[in-house]
Amino acid sequence: MLQLDRLTLTQGSFQMTADWSANPDARIAVMGPSGAGKSTLLAAIAGFLKPSSGRILWQGRDQADVPAGERPVTILFQDQNLFPHLTVAQNLGLGLRPDLRLTPADRARLDEALARVGLDGMGPRRPAQLSGGQASRAALARALLRARPILLLDEPFAALGPALRGEMLDLVRAVADETGALVLMVTHDPKDALALGGDTAFVAEGIVHAPVETRALFANPPKDVQDYLGRT
Amino acid sequence: MASRARPLNLIAPALAALLLALVLAPLAAVGWRGAGLSLGPADWAAVRFSITQALLSAVFSTALAIPVARALARRRFPGRTLLITLMGAPFLLPAVVAVLGLLAVFGRSGLLNQALIALGLPPISIYGLHGVVLAHVFLNLPLATRMILQGWLSIPSERIRLAQSLGFGPSETFRHLEGPMLREVLPGVVLVILVICLTSFAVVLTLGGGPSATTIELAIYQAVRFEFDLSRAAGLAGVQLAVGSLAALAAWLVTSPAGFGAGLGRELNLSAPEGWRRAGDIAALSAVALFLSLPLGAVLLRGLPGLSDLPAVVLPAAGRSVLVALASSSIATTAALTLALAAARRPQMLLGAAATLPLATSGLVLGTGLFLLIQPFATPMTLALPVTILVNVALSLPYLYRILLPEARAVHSDYGRLADSLAIQGWSRLRWLILPRLARPLGFGAGIAAALSMGDLGVIALFAGERQATLPLVVSQLTGAYRMEAAASAALILVTLSFALFWACDAGGRRAAA
Amino acid sequence: MQRHLLAAGLLTIATPALAETPVLTVLTYDSFTSEWGPGPAIEAAFEATCACDLRFVPAGDGAALLARVQLEGAASDADVVLGLDTSLTAAASATQLFAPHGKTASTNLPVDFADPNFLPFDWGWFAFVHDKTKLPEPPKSFEALAASDLKIVIQDPRSSTPGLGLLMWVKAAYGDRAPEIWQGLADNIVTVTPGWSEAYGLFLEGEADMVLSYTTSPAYHLIAESDDTKGAALFDEGHYMQIEVAGKLASSDQPDLADQFLDFMLTEAFQSVIPQTNWMYPAVTPASGLPEGFDAFRPAKSLLLAPAQAQAARDAALAEWQAALAR
Repeated sequence: MLQLDRLTLTQGSFQMTADWSANPDARIAVMGPSGAGKSTLLAAIAGFLKPSSGRILWQGRDQADVPAGERPVTILFQDQNLFPHLTVAQNLGLGLRPDLRLTPADRARLDEALARVGLDGMGPRRPAQLSGGQASRAALARALLRARPILLLDEPFAALGPALRGEMLDLVRAVADETGALVLMVTHDPKDALALGGDTAFVAEGIVHAPVETRALFANPPKDVQDYLGRT
Repeated sequence: MASRARPLNLIAPALAALLLALVLAPLAAVGWRGAGLSLGPADWAAVRFSITQALLSAVFSTALAIPVARALARRRFPGRTLLITLMGAPFLLPAVVAVLGLLAVFGRSGLLNQALIALGLPPISIYGLHGVVLAHVFLNLPLATRMILQGWLSIPSERIRLAQSLGFGPSETFRHLEGPMLREVLPGVVLVILVICLTSFAVVLTLGGGPSATTIELAIYQAVRFEFDLSRAAGLAGVQLAVGSLAALAAWLVTSPAGFGAGLGRELNLSAPEGWRRAGDIAALSAVALFLSLPLGAVLLRGLPGLSDLPAVVLPAAGRSVLVALASSSIATTAALTLALAAARRPQMLLGAAATLPLATSGLVLGTGLFLLIQPFATPMTLALPVTILVNVALSLPYLYRILLPEARAVHSDYGRLADSLAIQGWSRLRWLILPRLARPLGFGAGIAAALSMGDLGVIALFAGERQATLPLVVSQLTGAYRMEAAASAALILVTLSFALFWACDAGGRRAAA
Repeated sequence: MQRHLLAAGLLTIATPALAETPVLTVLTYDSFTSEWGPGPAIEAAFEATCACDLRFVPAGDGAALLARVQLEGAASDADVVLGLDTSLTAAASATQLFAPHGKTASTNLPVDFADPNFLPFDWGWFAFVHDKTKLPEPPKSFEALAASDLKIVIQDPRSSTPGLGLLMWVKAAYGDRAPEIWQGLADNIVTVTPGWSEAYGLFLEGEADMVLSYTTSPAYHLIAESDDTKGAALFDEGHYMQIEVAGKLASSDQPDLADQFLDFMLTEAFQSVIPQTNWMYPAVTPASGLPEGFDAFRPAKSLLLAPAQAQAARDAALAEWQAALAR
């Protein structure tokens, strides 16, 4: 279980709080106005920002002293998810072994993951030779390989068209199903939140509200969600 | 940052402290042997002149390097790689060799004056402040160009593409891309050149034209050699160090990171505007090619005749120098990379100071101080080569650091989080992130360090034993014994070896980055 | 360090015979020890007679030598210091690091020279060297030089011994008129170099009509390069001398061997090597006489300030020089 225990995050004069928990297999869309702190929340869970107070716990263990790379987390950023100087295969391999000393078994898994996301045979390519969708797939393939219990998505598909984004979300769900991961996905699009299934945590005015079921939320939105969605 | 203290976090400050100790302990040892600190009016005049000429040299070298670097960044032409490589050469010349090369062009009976006389114009004199600045520009403009060019190449192609798609003309490109890049790069360039020129000695005195062209280093020389007034020497060296520190502080304060963000490393050229800008670029490139190649050609011509008849000591001395250079360069590169990576994570004054101060050290005081420190424990002569390597490491590290820092910062801000999230740390981070991303500046920096270590002479003189002469020492021995022709040839070998080392490292880095 | 001691220890055990050979360490300037300098021949000749190991240790140029002695102090490994000149001997004696030699040397110096601590081994006259084909009629005095529009290169007295020699030359020849002479020379001086080799290099490159060097410089070009175009201008006011000396360090652990070396220094075997390696006049003219060209430019009058006098005059002379040349 992921617990945000009276968590306060501070960046300059900006401050936000969260105090809720989520089950290990939850699918949570994180929504809210621009600048509300959605990325800040993910950065804190991934280990890039120290809480100014409160705790982040995973399965009861405080993550304060766990370095980013050792957290039970895979994160996909808005961009820069692949190292441009390495091949796709090397980029994936880093998810298995940071020293890239891959065993034949590792390589087989790697090829399998590439095939799984539809990048068959693209291992030797450099990121610059991939389309945006392909780069996202490669990053997801790495998430699949790493199989960490928490998958954080910081709008990695924002630059993709609606159809492609739909495909990616299918892929995310599939990856999450296969790895049994808790998913926290930042998005602006209610359709994405619905497509993800599960819950939505709404962020506004310095508070990350506890996740509630997405359909229920949209069916009967509170005032600030209404404002955000632009409904009257 | 929710990351544990890694060993790297301790190594860098320890290294910085060691470096500062290497600079300050000899100074203290020299100062301690003397008593009191007394600087006369002549000393302060030397301080003033040192600063004036160093400022002028740094400003001119840097200002002239900007159009050259820009032309190199946005034009493609046959010989471009050769010209960029040639940029390594003047910087590596021993001062005396460089001066003689310059005199062949600008001297009383040099090419320029011959041409002026042939045209019926009055000859010009190179001697005076303008000559000092000219020589310093010759020596440092190439270095400045390379450092600035590195900045141009570091603008991500995505940002260039954005600029091109927005229809930026040259002036908008300058305002939004080149300007911010220059603001990040230039303070470091000016600082490095200012501090090098501050300690310049042979060039200043030879071309300065008289005793009013006296630098701090000469005053130190006089204090140690003729008066054995160690407290005055230490005082002067302290002033020199203080001026260097102030310059470093100023540069640190005005530097602002350009913050271009990352790119995918796609090859994309800057737009190359036509019209008068094209003519300007051609003019800048031709002028610099001529300005660099004529004196270098003179050095080559002077050295060729004596090559067939070189004294036997030249060869083993050359071998020793190459070994010293390789050892110094690898140690300095490792140390500078450690410091630059640490500083990229978190800017620290300590690291910046430690990586700059050695430049402002007086070679003579450093050598004298080390001698005083070592003598109670060992015969300094037996440690000649290790001490030379140590000093070369300290003196070449600042260049390396300046060259590596901007790129280390970029790697950290662009890929630091991704690497952290994938737990790519330690050796793996070095192997798969740092080395590939920094290959180009590492090769360039290692080349500079190797070549610099070939040329250093100031410090070794005190430690030199009977059978440990390095090539620069042999050159100076030859010139001291009327053997100017043999000296010119030995100097040519020195320059060629330095250049070969530089080229091998630089080209290696570029190939690894490709 | 420990490994070094260990290695030294092992070496001592392994080669007891070598350890018994006494070592005489002579601190000298770089060019003396170089392959083409006097060092190698003298080392061979002395080792043939002394049953010892003679080691020359180079210590930079002449001016660096005294600084090195003072740096090392009484802890020095050196036994003999060879290559100081008369402008430095007063300062050297004042360090009290040198021991009296107790000898009376008979030499062929054109002036009387006696110093309780130092014995001369060679000497020369400073002079302005020129190219006879370009300047057939060189000036005959400083005043004539100052009145001409000839260009000269000199060395800085703060970093070079010839530079200091010129300062003393003008002082010895003109006394209180020295500042006036320097003012006259100011527009003739192309530049002031840190050392002899830079100045001589500039002259050979055609940067100046004359360069401050020695009367024996043309002999080098004549003998080593078969080039007789170089000449030394003889000045009516006389020429200042540089006398190079050697002395024994009081801290020497081989005082007898050091004495033996100082004796050897004035013998034929040492002295005959000097002219064509150091390009100076030997202190004792060898039986075979001087090489060709050494008599070509002999000044009629020699100038030399006594060491103590030179030492006392230096600071004021330096200030005069700086003031006159500061443009």
